[in-house]
Amino acid sequence: MNWFFNFFDSSIGKKIQMALTGLMLCAFLIIHLIGNLVLFAGSEAFNGYVGALSSLKPVVRAIEVILALIFIGHVINAIRLTLENWRSTEKKYKVNGAGETSSLPSRTMGVTGSIIFIFLVVHLSTIWWQFQVQHGGGHFYDIVMSANIGFGNVLITILYIVAMFLLGFHLRHGFQSAFQTFGIRYNKYGTFIEWVSAIFWLLIPLGFVSIPIYFGLLKGGF
Amino acid sequence: MKVTLKIWRQKDGNAQGSFGTYQMDDVSGDMSFFEMLDLLNESLVMKNEEPVAFDHDCREGICGTCGVVINGRAHGPLRGVTTCQLHMRSYKDGDTIVIEPWRATAFPLIKDLIVDRRAFDNIMSAGGYVSINAGGAQDANATPIPKANADEAMDAASCIGCGACVASCKNSSAMLFLSAKVSQLALLPQGKVERKERALNMIAAMDEENFGGCTNTGACEVECPKEISLVHIARLNREYLRASLA
Repeated sequence: MNWFFNFFDSSIGKKIQMALTGLMLCAFLIIHLIGNLVLFAGSEAFNGYVGALSSLKPVVRAIEVILALIFIGHVINAIRLTLENWRSTEKKYKVNGAGETSSLPSRTMGVTGSIIFIFLVVHLSTIWWQFQVQHGGGHFYDIVMSANIGFGNVLITILYIVAMFLLGFHLRHGFQSAFQTFGIRYNKYGTFIEWVSAIFWLLIPLGFVSIPIYFGLLKGGF
Repeated sequence: MKVTLKIWRQKDGNAQGSFGTYQMDDVSGDMSFFEMLDLLNESLVMKNEEPVAFDHDCREGICGTCGVVINGRAHGPLRGVTTCQLHMRSYKDGDTIVIEPWRATAFPLIKDLIVDRRAFDNIMSAGGYVSINAGGAQDANATPIPKANADEAMDAASCIGCGACVASCKNSSAMLFLSAKVSQLALLPQGKVERKERALNMIAAMDEENFGGCTNTGACEVECPKEISLVHIARLNREYLRASLA
């Protein structure tokens, strides 16, 4: 097993950790978004969908634990890398030309990631938690729309929209960067990866944001 | 033309540094950047002041000795150009030019604009060579090498080890330098024999120095005076996967 830890512990190994966990989280985003879009089908359909998931509790729990481990791995590795990179760059330039040589999303992964993390803590402690304690009640749609923790609350709605914007920003760099890390960078695939990347940094965040915009801002009437 | 120079002055690695401001009143656009600094140093010597220390050798863009950060850009504003090949025509009358040394924990400062790049030598000595006996000179056609491989190996081999990649990286990562060295040899038959050990040993040597991790921002590729491509970092990553897993 020693080779395994050595493999993930080198500078390139840590990149591979970030890329692997990042792509797994991207895959989860697709599933999560499909579930969210059921909201447009009305309260009955949404309550039925979440109810069906609740009846598969052991499977869902297992997936949640795996997801949590992947997420924690992504965060801890990011913190570790950031601290190491700080040590490597103790002395700063008076004039910094980074704006001319690299993209803004690529330089702000730590900042966007941290804000997404805060969003996630709020999201889990409100919506997700309320879903867990709703045994047999089946009022999931009402929780999402509630004036307290759902899209009836203008602050929650705005936080949600901002977080999704930053998620898109994070994935603008993150998704295609993962392929570079795996060594997949050839001219013949370049355009293809760019297009698939746009699904993740543009379409998926837009899909998530369509819900607070429709239910929170347009239908909510504020 | 007249330019104002703000140059980082620091007596040695332990001293507290600061910017010195110098007014240059008679600079020609045809002067190279270093000829302009030579002019400044002459005037400083005449005034019995300490001249500005900066690294330079061939002054024709092939040795990799020179390199400073000029207005936030490694080797100045032009692409694919070393500091010594930069000319004052890139600036205009009245410009203020801020000149700083490479800033990276792995490159400790020696004096003024000179840093210690021995960390690169340590990476090279861990495997940046071919140690197999190649024998006497063979017929050129005895070892066929595809043109595309030869071209790409040559592109990688054009790395002069100046350190601009480290200097321009927000993490001070040496990944572009290392990838050029690993790529160059992995593409050629003589280098392929030791590719596995080379990749692992050179990466381990890099990790022992104080370089940061690569986050694929691509700044190194933009600043590299030899325009080494990120394609080589992708190949380095593949070499690492191959060496570790295969």
